[in-house]
Amino acid sequence: MLYLYDGALDVPRILKEWYEQETSSNYGAYIPFVGTVRSEGGIDGLSFDIYEPILNSWFDAWSEKAKAKGAIIKMAHSRGDVMLHESSYIAAVFSPKRRVALEFIDEFVEDFKASAPIWKYDLKGGKRIYALDRSTAIKGSGILQ
Amino acid sequence: MVRVEFLGPIQKEPLELYITNLNELAEILKKDATMQEWLENSAVAVNDTLVSSRDFPLKDGDRVALLPPVCGG
Repeated sequence: MLYLYDGALDVPRILKEWYEQETSSNYGAYIPFVGTVRSEGGIDGLSFDIYEPILNSWFDAWSEKAKAKGAIIKMAHSRGDVMLHESSYIAAVFSPKRRVALEFIDEFVEDFKASAPIWKYDLKGGKRIYALDRSTAIKGSGILQ
Repeated sequence: MVRVEFLGPIQKEPLELYITNLNELAEILKKDATMQEWLENSAVAVNDTLVSSRDFPLKDGDRVALLPPVCGG
């Protein structure tokens, strides 16, 4: 499942909800990854735009990959502003055995960073500045140049 | 009519164009100086599916989106 929220994520509540959702699913491993906004470069926080139609299809494709391994994947992400030391991203894999979940969370998060249609901005001095230098062109970019 | 949307940080209003493929869109956008930096690093989706060729045909009612570099998390 994919969950989008306005503003910072309530991490303890989301992790608890996901845990409880799968209590009786017979998964042996629950591997969450939580992304938190760090203080660097004088930022006050980060802000995010999301294009949901393509994010949904990207996530559905990963859910199918997880299913093929007997696993499931859950993801939560913030829209809008998230301030320092708050969290904007959670991904988690549930699987029968730990090795599948550990490998899958790594592959999933790497592809998320490279492909998910989400744009990040630094909040600094009252301005919202696109973080181009930390962004990745989606595979196949540049066909119109 | 094809609707062209510019996502994320691209500060440009949507366009409504009579075009039949992405080559024609490329020729139009190349004439816009503000788009130069985005054309080289943006991906293109037609009806919310990413496409890999400029020869991709377009028909009336299609929606094209330009997706600049991403950074979730």
